Amino acid sequence: MATAYETYEHDVLVIGAGGAGLRAAIEAAAQGVSVGLVCKSLLGKAHTVMAEGGIAAALGNVWPEDNWQVHFRDTMRGGKMLNNWRMAQLHAQEAPERVLELERWGALFDRTKEGLISQRDFGGHRYARLAHLGDRTGLEMIRTLQYHGIHQGIDVHMECNVQRLLKDGDRVTGAVGYWRKNGEMVVFKAKAVVLATGGIGKAWKVTSNSWEYTGDGHSLALWAGADLIDMEFVQFHPTHMVWPPSVAGLLVTEGVRGDGGTLRNNKGERFMFNYIPEFFKGETADNEAEADRWYHDKKNNRRTPDLLPRDEVARAIRSEVKAGRGSPHGGVFLDICSRRPADYIRKRLPSMYHQFKELAGVDITKEPMEVGPAQHYVMGGVRVDADTTQGTVAGLFAAGEVAGGMHGSNRLGGNSLSDLLVFGRRAGLYAALYAKNFSGQLVVDGAQVEAIVRESLEPLERSGGENPYAIQAELQETMQNLVGIIRKEAELKDALTRIAALKERAKRVRVDGGRVYNSGWHTALDLRSLLTVAECSALAALERKESRGGHTREDHPFTDDAWGKLNVVLRLRDGRVQVSREPLPEMPAELKALFQERK
Amino acid sequence: MPTFTLKVFRGGPAGGDFRDYRVEADEGMVVLDVIHRIQATQAPDLACRWNCKAGKCGSCSAEVNGTPRLMCMTRMDLFQPGDTVTVTPIRTFPIIRDLVTDVSYNYEKARQVPPLRLRPPDADGRYRMMQEDVDRAQEFHKCIECFLCQDVCHVIRDHDELKRQFAGPRFFIKIAGLEMHPLDTRDRTEFVRAQAGIGLCNITKCCTEVCPEHIHITDNGIIPLKERMADNFDPIVWLLRKFRGQRGQPA
Repeated sequence: MATAYETYEHDVLVIGAGGAGLRAAIEAAAQGVSVGLVCKSLLGKAHTVMAEGGIAAALGNVWPEDNWQVHFRDTMRGGKMLNNWRMAQLHAQEAPERVLELERWGALFDRTKEGLISQRDFGGHRYARLAHLGDRTGLEMIRTLQYHGIHQGIDVHMECNVQRLLKDGDRVTGAVGYWRKNGEMVVFKAKAVVLATGGIGKAWKVTSNSWEYTGDGHSLALWAGADLIDMEFVQFHPTHMVWPPSVAGLLVTEGVRGDGGTLRNNKGERFMFNYIPEFFKGETADNEAEADRWYHDKKNNRRTPDLLPRDEVARAIRSEVKAGRGSPHGGVFLDICSRRPADYIRKRLPSMYHQFKELAGVDITKEPMEVGPAQHYVMGGVRVDADTTQGTVAGLFAAGEVAGGMHGSNRLGGNSLSDLLVFGRRAGLYAALYAKNFSGQLVVDGAQVEAIVRESLEPLERSGGENPYAIQAELQETMQNLVGIIRKEAELKDALTRIAALKERAKRVRVDGGRVYNSGWHTALDLRSLLTVAECSALAALERKESRGGHTREDHPFTDDAWGKLNVVLRLRDGRVQVSREPLPEMPAELKALFQERK
Repeated sequence: MPTFTLKVFRGGPAGGDFRDYRVEADEGMVVLDVIHRIQATQAPDLACRWNCKAGKCGSCSAEVNGTPRLMCMTRMDLFQPGDTVTVTPIRTFPIIRDLVTDVSYNYEKARQVPPLRLRPPDADGRYRMMQEDVDRAQEFHKCIECFLCQDVCHVIRDHDELKRQFAGPRFFIKIAGLEMHPLDTRDRTEFVRAQAGIGLCNITKCCTEVCPEHIHITDNGIIPLKERMADNFDPIVWLLRKFRGQRGQPA
């Protein structure tokens, strides 16, 4: 029996309304096509609000020496040279204009003495480069895009979860979802679809990510036949709250270190000086005096090791804790109170001050914070063409965290917000152009829709069965223990066995309570994408037999040059995820030269 | 581990009632953690909005023991073990289910606010603004759109007939933020009077009291806006202000 459902038709459908999705929708609308913007939450609540430290862009306002070449070089080195060079180049070149555009749309960044946009230091960036508003930059960015976007004629579909993409032959022609508020199904016909769904963090137990981060876009792309790359590279950001337990995983911005904070172990030592890798020796201070001078004089001093790229700092913290030099609640100390005046801390880091005070009873102007690593970001994602953001399936585009390649094996802080803007705009632009050139009829296959609807309603109709929350919790435990910061073959294989068993159990999941805003049903449906991305991440981690960036193998502890030329690619064929190794695009000689210039 | 009884509203537009859930709270837990524990173990279909669980997205607004709050920033150790903690949806907006309400009123009002109209850039194509000139508007940019101020506003809560011509405190500070934006050149006088209805606000400061971001909604937003609207009936004063930029406004 056919189910009733609403149908909307747009030239471009954008799925996800964080920074990338909003920027894509704005750009597509500016091209004169009709745009639908679908989001799982209310508008303005997407995970972008959580971004704290800033937007990396070589504006050169604080250090005139900065330019796109330096930013490009920092980004590639931070990603251990596994980045798609063309994405990293476009990103570095276009980020400044994207930031200035936000300013023209009303964003109020903190200012320099000359009245220009101020820029702060962050890990892996040679110069102070992050445009920011205190430590609430993500909020400023999403609010600016949101209030600019609502005047651009975009149809916003709030609290709508997309379940599957629709295809006509080889091309994507829409999507099927449900409204959270009433559980009714909805069909979107679209000539082009932009995925801007963010990451996969909810597959781990300790994560800074919200409930929305269930890998929806990664899975939608995979199921539609598109390639994913780099799924083994998961960023465990080094500093999150570790206590009390209920806030474990709450992000502590890298801006604390950018503004002068330092990491210490329980002996009071600034231990990062013991963890400077060969790769970064030339540009990293090896003594405290030089590190402290660097904040004010970057020409004559090298960067503090507190601001090494995130993967290095996360591993160092883990080693200190393992060696018994951790803080009482299993982290390390992050001290800014002894290094900067209280007024400065409250002005520069207001939400850090607020969150420690309210949730942990700690006054960060008087006491050090306790911090430790948590899952924060996935570098891997949909394999896209660098210039157009088009995936390997026609009509499918991806931007932001859901897209792979830009950040290589490790993302630098601040490069995410700029990524959202640069590639969000490109996705909107090229999706609109694709839609304008779309030939033939826009066809949606009723049988595909029916199958998706039937599958989505099954958890409500089964008798007996599994609790979706229990399966989600077991998956999170599995990924936390077996696919964490340090991996090894036996554990990854164990993880895959467990994920397979959980997938079977997920087929029997059952919920009561009807279709209206039913959290249990939503959790049950999210399990399908969550299990898919967990499997992808574990499979890719098993395949890459080296350590690099956000992928550390205890059984293959060194970086291997041969692996440095390869992406691990995943694609779904005949119902199974196939794993292959494919060569990285080769960087042109004039860009390679940037890496020879200086140590 | 201390045990609490959570009395949670369950129901929809047609009505509902309170259900009691006995639940343990670990050290440092907030009300939202306890709600999640109820979902995971006792009532999987309990409806509740949330996103960041860090006081930054403004999704989990509810009334806890009658006080409008973010559930993610309300620690359980505010209460004594054994206490009954009552959790209800914010009451001003129509209920969808359990703790989730229909806040679309706010999104309609958001669309009506006349956006920034930018002045031309400096001669070199850039915009310069001094920190002291952006400080005031930055305060309003802290807003996380939890709509708790809208929830407690007497005009919205008690006067359905006035809602069409009233924007509410969230949008008064949105407008104040635009009016105090150093690059803005738009005249919103008529909008603020007729469509945002600022005259209906009688400054009871209920909105300021519940703001989880501690924005001085009344003192720094609404009152200056009211004064400014009075001034703006004098076109010379308005022109002077726009011409001089935003410095020297009353605190």
